[in-house]
Amino acid sequence: MTTDQYPKVYLYRRIVQAKLFIDNHYADKIDLNSISDEAYFSKFHFIRLFKSAYGKTPHQYLKYVRIEKAKELLKNNITVSEACFLVGFDSLSSFSGLFSKVVGQSPSGYLKHQQEIQKKISMTPLAFVPSCYAYQHGWLDAKNSNFEEPDI
Amino acid sequence: MITKMSITNIHVIDQNSAYDFYVNKLGFKLVDDIPMGPETRWLTVSPPEQPDLQLVLFPVTVSKMFPKEIAENLIDLIKKGIFGCGVLTCTDIFATYEELKAKGVEFIKPPTKEFYGTEALFKDDSGNYFSLQPLNNFDNENNI
Repeated sequence: MTTDQYPKVYLYRRIVQAKLFIDNHYADKIDLNSISDEAYFSKFHFIRLFKSAYGKTPHQYLKYVRIEKAKELLKNNITVSEACFLVGFDSLSSFSGLFSKVVGQSPSGYLKHQQEIQKKISMTPLAFVPSCYAYQHGWLDAKNSNFEEPDI
Repeated sequence: MITKMSITNIHVIDQNSAYDFYVNKLGFKLVDDIPMGPETRWLTVSPPEQPDLQLVLFPVTVSKMFPKEIAENLIDLIKKGIFGCGVLTCTDIFATYEELKAKGVEFIKPPTKEFYGTEALFKDDSGNYFSLQPLNNFDNENNI
């Protein structure tokens, strides 16, 4: 069985295009009805096929992508309100509610935690690298190495 | 008692290109990207649903670990596609194949029914190859 032989290859391609559309337009107002229309599916057929391929409905997947992108933005020190709107939410409260539910931490708590990690990384980068790797790379030999042998 | 694998290496030729491949094409999550001097960085990624396994995108550059001759030989072997880096699992192999192909990933073998299940093989940007298999590879029927 090769690519062109597996059944319903055209269905897979349309579902993949719908998924990639969500990946590329998560920040926009996405109307999932119009995606199913463009893919020439009925709404319910589309949802069923999408879930079969990705384990999530299109709406669940859109929410997942938005929250993952928000986490990336917060890791890069973007404010909570900016992150909220950059990933396509209209309301800060609905963003915060969903983020807290999915991540288990509020966006502001997540941002603060990431800022603390970034501060530690900038002060002692080698503390985040297993010392065996740092040794192999020769990073421990650097004059500005912050690696310290533990007292035994 | 060993409990799990937490970190493993993928030897890559160019870290910038590897970042683009693993994060933007395969959809892996960036874990660490820490500069370690002007030309190298501590770069690790995780499969999307396996955050406790870090793959180190380990550059093959002349260093304490790789003297010049070894680095050159290793790069040559990677480019020739000698190294298989493991099996990656997906929800639906046909959808994943179509998606990765649309993103420009080079497949050595399209989804093919083997006696052990359905499998595809693809190469990373350096030349390492992976097997791609569906989550439940005992069932070879299409989901869709």
